[in-house]
Amino acid sequence: MKKQNTFIVAAAVTAAVIAAFWLLLVAPGYTGNEINMPRGVTLQSELSYQLHMITLWICVVIGVIVFSAMFISIVLHRKSKDHEAARFTHSTRAEIVWTIIPVIILVVMAVPATTALVNMEVAPETEMTVKITGFQWRWKYEYIEDGIEFISSLHSESNAARRLISGIDPSAVENYLLDVDNPMVLPANTKVKFLITADDVIHAWWVPALGWKRDAVPGFINEAWTEVLEPGTYRGQCAELCGKDHGFMPIVLKVVPKEEYRDWVRQQQRKMAQEQAGLTDTRKALGHETGDDVQPQTLARVGSGK
Amino acid sequence: MNTGIDEMSHQSHETAHDDHHDHKPSGFLNRWLYTTNHKDIGTLYLVFSLLMFFIGGCMAMVIRAELFMPGLQLVEPEFFNQMTTMHALIMVFGAVMPAWVGFANWMIPLMIGAPDMALPRMNNWSFWILPFAFTMLLSTLFMDSGGPASGWTLYPPLSLQGGQSFAFVVFAIHMMGISSIMGSINVIATILNMRAPGMTLLKMPLFVWTWLITAYLLIAVMPVLAGAVTMLLTDHFFGTSFFNAAGGGDPVMFQHIFWFFGHPEVYIMVLPAFGVVSEIIPTFSRKPLFGYTAMVYATASIAFLSFIVWAHHMFTVGMPLTGELFFMYSTMLIAIPTGVKVFNWVSTMWKGSMTFETPMLFAIGFIVLFTIGGFSGLMLAMAAADLQYHDTYFVVAHFHYVLVPGSVFALMAGAYYWLPKWSGRMYSEKWGKIHFWLSVISVNILFFPQHYLGLAGMPRRIPDYSTQFADFNMISSVGGFIFGASQLIFVGVIVHCVYKSRQAASGRVWEGAKGLEWTLSSPPPYHSFNTPPVIDRTTVAHAQELD
Repeated sequence: MKKQNTFIVAAAVTAAVIAAFWLLLVAPGYTGNEINMPRGVTLQSELSYQLHMITLWICVVIGVIVFSAMFISIVLHRKSKDHEAARFTHSTRAEIVWTIIPVIILVVMAVPATTALVNMEVAPETEMTVKITGFQWRWKYEYIEDGIEFISSLHSESNAARRLISGIDPSAVENYLLDVDNPMVLPANTKVKFLITADDVIHAWWVPALGWKRDAVPGFINEAWTEVLEPGTYRGQCAELCGKDHGFMPIVLKVVPKEEYRDWVRQQQRKMAQEQAGLTDTRKALGHETGDDVQPQTLARVGSGK
Repeated sequence: MNTGIDEMSHQSHETAHDDHHDHKPSGFLNRWLYTTNHKDIGTLYLVFSLLMFFIGGCMAMVIRAELFMPGLQLVEPEFFNQMTTMHALIMVFGAVMPAWVGFANWMIPLMIGAPDMALPRMNNWSFWILPFAFTMLLSTLFMDSGGPASGWTLYPPLSLQGGQSFAFVVFAIHMMGISSIMGSINVIATILNMRAPGMTLLKMPLFVWTWLITAYLLIAVMPVLAGAVTMLLTDHFFGTSFFNAAGGGDPVMFQHIFWFFGHPEVYIMVLPAFGVVSEIIPTFSRKPLFGYTAMVYATASIAFLSFIVWAHHMFTVGMPLTGELFFMYSTMLIAIPTGVKVFNWVSTMWKGSMTFETPMLFAIGFIVLFTIGGFSGLMLAMAAADLQYHDTYFVVAHFHYVLVPGSVFALMAGAYYWLPKWSGRMYSEKWGKIHFWLSVISVNILFFPQHYLGLAGMPRRIPDYSTQFADFNMISSVGGFIFGASQLIFVGVIVHCVYKSRQAASGRVWEGAKGLEWTLSSPPPYHSFNTPPVIDRTTVAHAQELD
């Protein structure tokens, strides 16, 4: 009878945990809500995803064992069932066992954790470099080799809808808070190096599909790299509290085939040349002879039309 | 309140089994402002922390209300940031820490057979600093430049953009630190010097052990926090450049200093919780704590490890690979002593003779939900995966699991456990259980979906979010409102127990309770253990060498 009870409780706990976990994996298909880490489109995102799943499963298994033992005890060893308390106070053997087994589990976990981290952090030879600068509250992208630079800010539709009691329904805005005026464009299957910094306070550049985020620290340059395998549009947000509009500086990354990227570069270079001509006029209008002494931030504001 | 307390003291005088005269000071100011009595100061701490719990809770309600649906409906983003910052500062420094000091004041002398705390006047001072510190902190919300809005971590350069009110925040933190340090000195001096003859260190209840270790952590790290915020103060007002890159400083340096304080701080909030749970589980299992010595060593190991893991809060800051590996490995190690604790609690319950009064329910809730928080902690330790988790709602879910159904549930468990001892009357078991079930269900509705939100990509500390996060935010907010409202029941149960309950508590209160505090009457006489108690197998729970 007792053994049967034990079995029933253990089975119930296991079933509950597996059902919860199954929901976690399948629910998005039914509810439209993403609830697990995205697999992403880079080597790094695959590494973090795999590591996440390994750790999650290990925790689920340990949880099932420990909570089953506990609930079996709660069901069986209660005073209302006239269970008499045992008197044991310790067991050196048991305590050694449950110290050593976790050590072994941790060592086993450390192997994929270390390989993943080394593979993510050690950058290969890269083919192009983009400098990312965080401002309150927009991003600036500079393509070092191609000489392109532009500011990327929250899309005007989102920006209007996000005002306090704006009267605009956020669900009517496409990609509410995750859309920008000038997306960052990168070629697919190309190893890209990022130099990440900030101009005012600390920000963090994060596109979940790439598998990592990196802080943008004023006065310091952090390096990161990526190689996006699938063309597409990937969205992210600033991930370090940076003041009142921290929630309103999204990142949009458009990854396109290499040829298309070259076209985009040429188009941007033309646009920049035109803007350059326009800016010279603006500088003169601001009262500067040559415009050399105008602060970059002022230019950034002028450039983005704020 | 005054009459109620007089009533209480009257009651205690009547039920006191010994012939002590209470010598309770007369008059409200004499009794409470000038008090040097560990029981009164303990009560002051507990009442203060409950008040702060509700003030911080109201801020959480503002946060959850704004996040109820996408779009900004209630507050401006700047005020939202002030709410998240103040909620954390109030809950950490105003609710959880003073509550544990309140428990320490009430229980440590009773548990080790001491007549009072070792340094009673300092005890008074360390409490009475707090109302001033928090009045100052809260007053910044009404100043022109508003309250602090850079998160409780106060990272520069953002925190340096705050206005003149920032100075008040820094001074408030200094005062809280002074209060904590004095409280810790008192705890250490009491435990090391005032134990009754025969109460050797390894016979002390685990709550006393965890507090002894916590007190050392506090003394070690509060000055570090004080140093960090002082440098912020001089950077802000006196033109220094400790954290300003343009002046040769380093903003990341602040994060290292802050988390050198911040990680032990996490254990300061949770080690006494381990202690309380280790008292409650044996009582209601009617069985001695399993592996007492291992529990003491596990607590000490966790405390030691807490000093060498701080940069796991900073995996995305741009550390060298070797640094990331070191902090990943050291963080993973914490799972071992924490695991020992959980296994020992389960083994204590195993083959016991359990009953499930409210303290036991909260303690079991603690073990299960704290363990879930521990699991997500282990996941966060994986640096490669943390580059995704960092600064998302996954982290918010993690630390709320270890702090709310962790630390706060242990506080509730301890409050229900010792309330009959403190007041001399039984609380309403029915309402206690209603409070438990509402809390344990709503806390999971509140925080579990936040794991999903974080994994799906929602950053923390944002006042508004993309529509894809709408469903789970709404569920979480509903859970939050229920959880917040349920806590009013807690207040109701306490008020009823202290002022209205007709059921007197016996000295032992709980059938399976062991330890010196249960040898006294309920409530204990105003001055207890003027003569040191006899320590033997019947009076202490952990006396293996006496067997």
